[in-house]
Amino acid sequence: MERHNYDIVVIGAGGAGLRAAVEAREAGLRVAIICKSLFGKAHTVMAEGGVAASMGNVNENDGWKVHFRDTMRGGKFLNHYRMAELHAKESPDRVWELEVWGALFDRTAEGKISQRNFGGHEYPRLAHVGDRTGLELIRTMQQRIVALQQKDKRDHGNAESHIKVFAEVTVTEILKEGGKVAGVYGYRRENGVEVLFEAPAVVLATGGVGKTFKITSNSWEGTGDGHALALKAGGNLVDMEFLQFHPTGMVWPPSVRGLLVTESVRGDGGVLTNSDGIRFMFKYIPDVFKDKYADNEEEADRWYNDQTNNRRPPELLPRDEVARAINAEVKAGRGSPHGGVFLDVSKRLPADVIKKKLPSMWHQFMELANVDITKEAMEVGPTCHYVMGGVEVDPDTAAAVGVPGLFAAGEVAGGMHGSNRLGGNSLSDLLVFGRRAGLGAANYVKSAPAAKVSDESIKRAAEKIQAPFDRTGGENPYALHEELQELTQNLVGIIRTKSELQEAIEKIADIRKRIEKVSVSGDRQFNPGFHLSFDLDNMLLIAESTAKSAIVREESRGGHTRDDFPGMNPKWRQINNISSFTGKEIVVKQQDLPNMPAELFDLFDPHELEKYMTPEEMTKGGSK
Amino acid sequence: MTRKIKMRIWRGNSETGSLQDVSVDANEGEVVLDVIHRVQATQMGDLAVRWNCKAGKCGSCSVEINGKPRLACMTQMASFAEDETITVTPLRAFPVIKDLVTDVSFNYKKAMEIPSFEPPADLKPGEARMQQIDVERSQEFRKCIECFLCQDTCHVIRDHEENKKSFAGPRFFIRIAELDMHPLDMLRNRKQKAQEEHGLGMCNITKCCTEVCPEHIRITDNAIIPMKERVVDVKYDPVRWLGSKIRRREEVL
Ligand SMILES: Cc1cc2nc3c(=O)[nH]c(=O)nc-3n(C[C@H](O)[C@H](O)[C@H](O)COP(=O)(O)OP(=O)(O)OC[C@H]3O[C@@H](n4cnc5c(N)ncnc54)[C@H](O)[C@@H]3O)c2cc1C
Ligand code: SF4
Ligand code: SF4
Ligand code: FES
Repeated sequence: MERHNYDIVVIGAGGAGLRAAVEAREAGLRVAIICKSLFGKAHTVMAEGGVAASMGNVNENDGWKVHFRDTMRGGKFLNHYRMAELHAKESPDRVWELEVWGALFDRTAEGKISQRNFGGHEYPRLAHVGDRTGLELIRTMQQRIVALQQKDKRDHGNAESHIKVFAEVTVTEILKEGGKVAGVYGYRRENGVEVLFEAPAVVLATGGVGKTFKITSNSWEGTGDGHALALKAGGNLVDMEFLQFHPTGMVWPPSVRGLLVTESVRGDGGVLTNSDGIRFMFKYIPDVFKDKYADNEEEADRWYNDQTNNRRPPELLPRDEVARAINAEVKAGRGSPHGGVFLDVSKRLPADVIKKKLPSMWHQFMELANVDITKEAMEVGPTCHYVMGGVEVDPDTAAAVGVPGLFAAGEVAGGMHGSNRLGGNSLSDLLVFGRRAGLGAANYVKSAPAAKVSDESIKRAAEKIQAPFDRTGGENPYALHEELQELTQNLVGIIRTKSELQEAIEKIADIRKRIEKVSVSGDRQFNPGFHLSFDLDNMLLIAESTAKSAIVREESRGGHTRDDFPGMNPKWRQINNISSFTGKEIVVKQQDLPNMPAELFDLFDPHELEKYMTPEEMTKGGSK
Repeated sequence: MTRKIKMRIWRGNSETGSLQDVSVDANEGEVVLDVIHRVQATQMGDLAVRWNCKAGKCGSCSVEINGKPRLACMTQMASFAEDETITVTPLRAFPVIKDLVTDVSFNYKKAMEIPSFEPPADLKPGEARMQQIDVERSQEFRKCIECFLCQDTCHVIRDHEENKKSFAGPRFFIRIAELDMHPLDMLRNRKQKAQEEHGLGMCNITKCCTEVCPEHIRITDNAIIPMKERVVDVKYDPVRWLGSKIRRREEVL
């Protein structure tokens, strides 16, 4: 066994983890970054469209208040107001700071950072680099970490004296002593050797859960490890029923089903049509959005050039609305040949502009589907993309509720996006709360005693890692994973009903029994089957938490649609579903959503709030 | 439209290994990585291969397919003849860890040796002004997904372990070029350093790196050759360098 000692361990090298590590290092602490893949490959690298920040470079009317309102609206007012507030206020600084670290965003004519339109954002707000913004984010922070390491080499003679990246190490457990975090345990994929990190503070930045579903835009890393680690360490998950199905994933060929088609395609002018050639989104504008979205093609088209005097095209409604609309069109028999709908930019923009603005989409379709998007329409359909639910945290410090020493930021944390996330709000979330988590952990460590993990805890953690080899039950982890994905897709997917959710909960319990019998072949070295046996355990907890939260929420809101309870219920807007783990099963309890203070409440037009809130809430107003 | 195909996959570790034959289903529209995953799920549960995005965006799935450095997730099965046996081997320039997974730590060491971006000391967040046309040259190089296929193919290190010490490789030549062309970078002498410390002189412009780059970055034409030419300039005319940076800076701030 390898043994290390750090002030702070960051699990995850995506945008949130790297930003947390930079902050913690700059606060003078020694930081370990652990990730399952190579350094620079985390899921954030795939983000395409951009990072949302109200810099006002394209439309000077933008500002944090407008961004805050859009975020709350997008989340159907179930967001933790304080997270949405901090996010809106701080994201411009976080983007500008990247530029000082070497990032090169696309520019406006004046030479400022360019910003593009995206669903749910009132003004052009997404800073971007073509359609590879996530790569720019990751690379900039990766290089920032290298710069800090080079400085440590000059100052301390060792580049890794203060920040070290442990790539291809999988964390299997968070260790606690005396009720507080004391470290983490895991193993190196390269040789199977177990690794112990002793540290008083751990930042979870493990990303999403998409691999729990069959059709997803997520990579193999998205197995909800951090969500599960937090549950097992005694933390809570908030609102796990809210999953974002991105409306436009590829549907053909089957091997790329689910792969993302960035929303920028629509932001830059792409339109959705059905098999009758009808631009169907005009039919699906919900009442709450009627004053913001155009109900006819002429106005929608004018909007691209004149945003002040026209309402937005309905293709740019928040993602949950568009995903449901596509689902409905396909169900009604008006889908495309491979079960999606058509997304077309070829008739809207000249070929060279498409290639310039959407270079990776052009390649993706050319190389994987033999479709030239400058000439033909794409076929698209919903894909499981993002989890709004996540670890319950304190907004200001990112400290996980109930587990001293544990912090969480990025996709693994909950609350910020309410019932639905706006595009571009994740990358900014990673930066804002990644930094806050690094700072929160650094402040915590300053008054925390040094961590010491007991031999007993180590022994237990080691036994769990060895277990899949000692079992002989004969269940194949790949087959069980497929079974789980099939059932989540069918029973806990975009449209849900009580009976199906009940069935899902029973089936998940059954698979949980069978994973006790998973045995794996080969040895520990770089063995994907072995790895999957841990992932499976995590994904089952996610699926259980999602299904159990979904069955109690008797309304439809954002990324949770109940066929048997269509429409929002203002009572449920005041409630968070909190999942915890007893060691045997997930238990879901209801908790009141914190009230917006008056200064935020008053930022909204009361007529808008009425659509979401009860009359009593309206008379009460924001809390003083 | 499922067909049976023949594949030979290299299996082994740092000490021994061999090509193993498998027969496996391939469906319409699949890429090599899909078929490798099918082998993994049905025949070789512990077959090691790296991948993340399956969309050509992360640069994890680099292998050699019929001897050519490629991304397994971007190589369509349809690009092979019906009865062709597809041979998949690990990157040859790097030591094998297991099966198709190699130890690419060489590249991370080289990254550490390149001096980092150095912005003007007084640059305040939000104040930078740069024209699109001025950032585009560096942006081309920042598209790099670090798949290291160019490193793998470059003959200077492919079969010459002894050159690795003094040669950073094409991936890092474009990194140096990117910083050198970055409108805000203030560090002097990047080109000379490329020549003197990072082995630019060992490159004889065969362009093999450009050919394999999945991001279609014009490594030789846009980074290596201009740097080689400019190295010559700057060596004889140091004042010119200063002039160009100062002018750029004035536009910037
Ligand atoms: C295709 C695609 C496009 C997107 N486009 C956009 C966009 O344009 N704008 C936007 O705002 N958002 C976008 N998103 C969403 C956004 O990219 C993600 O939500 C975000 O990148 C998540 O970042 P993160 O830092 O939380 O985690 P990730 O980037 O997912 O990183 C997680 C890290 O945790 C590590 N990890 C996980 N489990 C373990 C473990 N057990 N042990 C050790 N390490 C572990 C992983 O190895 C990885 O390094 C997109 C998402 C996808 C899939
Ligand atoms: S052009 Fe230079 S760097 Fe590129 S492969 Fe040839 S020798 Fe190597
Ligand atoms: S330059 Fe091209 S081939 Fe080389 S690592 Fe980058 S993306 Fe890969
Ligand atoms: S898996 Fe990401 S490039 Fe192939």
